[in-house]
Amino acid sequence: MPKRTDIHKILIIGSGPIIISQACEFDYSGTQAVKALKEEGYEVILINSNPATIMTDPEIADRTYIEPITPEMVAKIIEKERPDALLPTLGGQTGLNTAIKVAEMGVLEKYNVEMLAADVDVIHKAESREPFRAAMHKIGLKVPGSVIAHTIEEVREAIDVIGFPIIVRPSFTLGGTGGGVAYNTQELEELCTAGLDLSLNTEIMLEKSLLGWKEYELELMRDKNDNVVVICSIENMDAMGVHTGDSITVAPAQTLSDREYQDMRDASIAIIREIGVETGGSNVQFAVNPENGELMVIEMNPRVSRSSALASKATGFPIAKIAAKLAVGYTLDEIPNDITRETYAAFEPTIDYCVVKIPRWTFEKFPEAEDILTTAMKSVGETMAIGRTFKEAFQKGMRSLEIGITGFGADPKFNLEDLEQTDLENSMRTPNSQRLFQLYEGLRRGMTADDIFQITAIDPWYLNNLQQIVTLEAKIRERGFSGLDRDFLYQAKQYGFSDRQLAHLTGTSAQDIRELRDKTGIRAVYKLVDTCAAEFEAYTPYYYSTYETEDESRPSASRKVMILGGGPNRIGQGIEFDYCCVHAAFALEEIGIESIMVNSNPETVSTDYDTSDRLYFEPLTHEDVLNIIESEKPEGVIVQFGGQTPLNLAVPLAEAGVPILGTSPDSIDRAEDRERFQQFLHKLNLKQPENGTARTPEEALQIANEISYPVVVRPSYVLGGRAMRIVYNDNDLNDYMTSAINVSPEKPILIDKFLKDAVEVDVDAICDGEITVIGGIMEHIEEAGIHSGDSACVLPPHTLSSEMLEIIKEATRAMAIELKVLGLMNIQYAVKDKELYVLEVNPRASRTIPFVCKATGVSLAKLATKVMLGMKLADLGLTTEVEVAHHAVKEAVFPFDRFANVDTLLGPEMKSTGEVMGLSDSVGIAFAKAQIAAGQKIPEKGNVFISVQDRHKPAILPIARELIEMGFKILATGGTAAYLAEQNLSCTKINKISEGRPHIHDKIHDKDIQWIINTSMGTRTTEDSYIIRRAALDFHLPYTTTIAGVQAMTMAIAATQQADLEVKAVQEYFI
Amino acid sequence: MKALIALEDGTVFEGRTFAGSGEVNGEIVFNTGMSGYQEVLTDPSYKGQIVTMTYPLIGNYGVNLEDMESHRIHPGAIIVKEYNAIPSNFRSTATLADFLNEYNIPGIEGVDTRALTRLLRVKGSMQGVISTTDLDPDSLVTKAKAIEGLVGRDLVQEVACEKPYGWADNEPVEGDNFSTAGPGKYKVVVLDLGLKFNQARRLAANGCRVQIVPATTPAKQILAMNPDGIFLSNGPGDPAGVEGVVDTIRELLGKKPIFGICLGHQILGLAYGAKTYKLKFGHRGANQPVKDLQTGRVEITSQNHGFCVDPKSLDTKKVEITHVNLSDGSLEGMRHREYPAFSVQHHPEDAPGPHDASYLFGRFAEMMK
Repeated sequence: MPKRTDIHKILIIGSGPIIISQACEFDYSGTQAVKALKEEGYEVILINSNPATIMTDPEIADRTYIEPITPEMVAKIIEKERPDALLPTLGGQTGLNTAIKVAEMGVLEKYNVEMLAADVDVIHKAESREPFRAAMHKIGLKVPGSVIAHTIEEVREAIDVIGFPIIVRPSFTLGGTGGGVAYNTQELEELCTAGLDLSLNTEIMLEKSLLGWKEYELELMRDKNDNVVVICSIENMDAMGVHTGDSITVAPAQTLSDREYQDMRDASIAIIREIGVETGGSNVQFAVNPENGELMVIEMNPRVSRSSALASKATGFPIAKIAAKLAVGYTLDEIPNDITRETYAAFEPTIDYCVVKIPRWTFEKFPEAEDILTTAMKSVGETMAIGRTFKEAFQKGMRSLEIGITGFGADPKFNLEDLEQTDLENSMRTPNSQRLFQLYEGLRRGMTADDIFQITAIDPWYLNNLQQIVTLEAKIRERGFSGLDRDFLYQAKQYGFSDRQLAHLTGTSAQDIRELRDKTGIRAVYKLVDTCAAEFEAYTPYYYSTYETEDESRPSASRKVMILGGGPNRIGQGIEFDYCCVHAAFALEEIGIESIMVNSNPETVSTDYDTSDRLYFEPLTHEDVLNIIESEKPEGVIVQFGGQTPLNLAVPLAEAGVPILGTSPDSIDRAEDRERFQQFLHKLNLKQPENGTARTPEEALQIANEISYPVVVRPSYVLGGRAMRIVYNDNDLNDYMTSAINVSPEKPILIDKFLKDAVEVDVDAICDGEITVIGGIMEHIEEAGIHSGDSACVLPPHTLSSEMLEIIKEATRAMAIELKVLGLMNIQYAVKDKELYVLEVNPRASRTIPFVCKATGVSLAKLATKVMLGMKLADLGLTTEVEVAHHAVKEAVFPFDRFANVDTLLGPEMKSTGEVMGLSDSVGIAFAKAQIAAGQKIPEKGNVFISVQDRHKPAILPIARELIEMGFKILATGGTAAYLAEQNLSCTKINKISEGRPHIHDKIHDKDIQWIINTSMGTRTTEDSYIIRRAALDFHLPYTTTIAGVQAMTMAIAATQQADLEVKAVQEYFI
Repeated sequence: MKALIALEDGTVFEGRTFAGSGEVNGEIVFNTGMSGYQEVLTDPSYKGQIVTMTYPLIGNYGVNLEDMESHRIHPGAIIVKEYNAIPSNFRSTATLADFLNEYNIPGIEGVDTRALTRLLRVKGSMQGVISTTDLDPDSLVTKAKAIEGLVGRDLVQEVACEKPYGWADNEPVEGDNFSTAGPGKYKVVVLDLGLKFNQARRLAANGCRVQIVPATTPAKQILAMNPDGIFLSNGPGDPAGVEGVVDTIRELLGKKPIFGICLGHQILGLAYGAKTYKLKFGHRGANQPVKDLQTGRVEITSQNHGFCVDPKSLDTKKVEITHVNLSDGSLEGMRHREYPAFSVQHHPEDAPGPHDASYLFGRFAEMMK
């Protein structure tokens, strides 16, 4: 049956900012879906607050609302746009939850909007525990013994019924937030208190722990004729107890016989039917008892998910695209399979390779957090690798992680030799981010697969395969370089060993191994991902490498350019860089040049086979990239869009004779090398904060004292402010030097004068070597010293004078021309006492590029791509800066609620996972929208708590006055209260925590405080302010630590009191 | 041990044995199922063939006693990318290598099975020789070229039972004329053309008392047992080469409800007067979409066939096409318009594969009511 003609306009809700458990996979899914619906002639309305997404590009949907994803805003959009239908299943849990609330508000009914794919009842049945359990019982499937609780009293009663260990799962939260495993009453009560708070319907499920059971996921699709197909099976290497987002997962399932697999398939089909998902994709998770195969249903997601994105990339089957088409009435047997062209979507992909996904954690960013993995997800990204065997895929996945390792073992970073055996066993007993290192060490010591299985419950099949890697490693080490005959080298490569691992084992260099491979004719070959194990001819060029006989790659004779992606998401490198890579591919298409994309991140749009002309799903290492270059022979490689990962490859690739497009590696070095950069600034008469470079601790102390504390210290060549810190005295610096040397051994430490209270400014510009055009100037809300990625910022600047803006533009142009920038450039400035300081120059795409593009409507990344290929800005129609009449505010989003005991205080080390944008003609409203989009509340009335340093007291006075005028009451601690009272402002004094009860913390608990202003940052944080910050986080209260931030929030409060938050499509801003 | 695989087109692949040795030949075919190697190996329809599994990791879950589809291994050899020697599964009772060695069937690993599959897709199924004894590529290619193809050969006689047997408690038992067949409402005679046990299991589960008889059993003898229905099993090779069975079926047609699967379906087609033809490389796997033309629904099916009923040769006034393959449009099921007889090309008994089509056994039971 053809598509529906009774609906014309469809609203899609995106998933908002990148957070842990909701990353760019929903941009990938959403973009696919929007394109698919537009292709069918529907008008698509989109809401998403995340400017770094491809889906919010103005040309993707018909009407794009970069607005906070709240039920109220969605209601306003519905009122304005009057869509016929709402498709809620593409925006992750955020999209689903928002859609339900909108429905419950009666908005859908009022405006006659139909919910497609899964209606409210279906979503409730799938997501609320009790109805779900009842549904499972009805179709004869087992679920773990459990109790639903709404109060702590009910929790206590449940203990006897279930028995420890008990898994706590709050209903209706993101990615299992607040869940965990409790082994005793105290742990249980702690977890349940937090869980009840986080649950949108104050409901938690206490469940019998299935620790040690095997975990599986199936991805299914259903059409309106009740045809159901299973797209992919996924087996978790980590046993039950670790969130699937934190598990190493493998596709397809490896240790199920056909009979067991088919039983699981039957169960999943019965579930999707019983829950009643009308059309689209669903994900079902199962646990299997390894002793007897007993099957239990864990959960079901009636929507596209992180796993469905992974399944799409793992099989080549575009789940979200097909889901969108099914939602508008097509059936699976009507939709052609893009890859084979001659078959239909009504089939089950079969694959002839093994896929391994490995999560990427960033515990190093949160040293106070305990590195343990539980049922609450903590990883910020993931990498996927494809190989013809598990061993090969696993090793490729390990070297794709971007944590400086070259594979599984055979690498100096695997260095647990000194660990006592009992410590080793204990460390691997509790799942943690370092467990692969522990497994390796265990195997290296000769622990058997069974020994390790007893401790970890990881299926012996995986352990045996890992053991084979370790055994071969020992053999390679023993035989040495001269022992690497052709057959043996071939075997090592088939086991996934990288040249660097082999070099390490044989005491040679990666170049030596490469030369040996060339001599013996052992080259990587490329195989297609084709959904069908070669049964049909495939037309979609989606490749992975392996070491076998046949090479299927078909390098074309056309002009072609390679784009290197950014690898797994981590803090400091995420969707923003993928956005730029995708735009590079789009730009190449526009000028008729083929694009070759290389990336290892399954969540991204860049690894959609539709984005580029050829996709290589490969690790971004020198070896792997060079292999593709040798096969494809592109005319150039773009390294400046994918963030630090490809940038690090620029010099070695250039040395290997690969043409690097855009700004020359020498110019990049001139901007990154401290001494050359100083000379460069000197030449242009530009200032930078006093600084120096230290190679020893003694040197560091000397420099710090010369330029005087406080100073900012950091290792050179780092990403996202990794290990960057503000230090205030010799002691702190000594501590730092001992720890920082581990971060970057060959690189010296950089020391800068810390400019207190300076305004930080970010500038993105584009240059074709002749003219420079400013893309955007962003004024940071947070002062210099807070990592720019963590700082809110305003475009155009709202407090800087026009004279200062002219000086900034002048300086930017001068630097771009002097560096002979070809493409993008980002500069960070600090303005202090009307003086401009240059903090950093990066002649490459920055994290702010998507924000600037969305704020100004100029596609900087596309233009830069064309410039890199020799086109001139004049020919491209961009010669002057685009002035906008509206304001755009970017706000960062943080993962603090995922990590217990972590201080939320910001500093020079980046901690945010994502960003949102607020757009409005009024800067106050734009700021308010950004705050709301970031999950913050704008206080409307009530009490504001103020505690500021002495030097901030004069600045806080007018703000306090304004707040009182707006109807707020002021609570303040001793000093601040006394000061305000002196100035005749009415305020109530409140105890600090150390001053006895009732104190500020009690007030927060009583929900008697609506906003906390605390600027007492400085040396190390006091115990008091830490407790307040954590309480603010727990109670979702706005917490502001800078005067600029306080001013911005006050402006936002004033603006929201005066005017309603309007909704306006980006297309309206740029007409 | 090093092994060479030579194809009749002159291509030679190198691998090594993980089980068995010696020299075997047959038609080289590929199966795209990601699980179910034990069922594939024990499926009599693979007689005369050498099977390569497209899924690269084989042996992962071992073998067990329940997943036998017949008493022995039928293909001449199995070719895989990587054999996983240490299985992990609670049902596993032995390794795949042990199982192959028990029947002295070579298992070859280390082969670029995707390259082999692509070659078969482009050129069609080919005859091939696997050898660990003759490692001269030219000699092996010459041998491969000399192998007699499957067309026109009667392989049924090599795999079908020689004397009747019954079915009880999910396993074969001795017995004739329903003497020992288990309980059940309907007496079903299974004409064994190379029966997979799961067909008997499914019949039994649908209320049938199952009596299996040799392919050569005359129609009169079958009717003398007074069955409620007659089931035509799957089997190997070219339907046109099978001696006698088509005549038997012609005699049975219209007398009793008939249900045929795979080779049984093809021979039923011949009995209807249609012709069969050889597919280029066949359908072998667990993901073949089949559309039921009556309901419009799509079922994902298990398949294993190299020959097919030619729909153009079918008298559609007499016989209705009920199922087609969604991928290549080939005929997947038919129903006689006058007589109670229907059949499918795919394997509704699964093992290995999805259970989507198992309702057809219920339909057969319905027909016998």
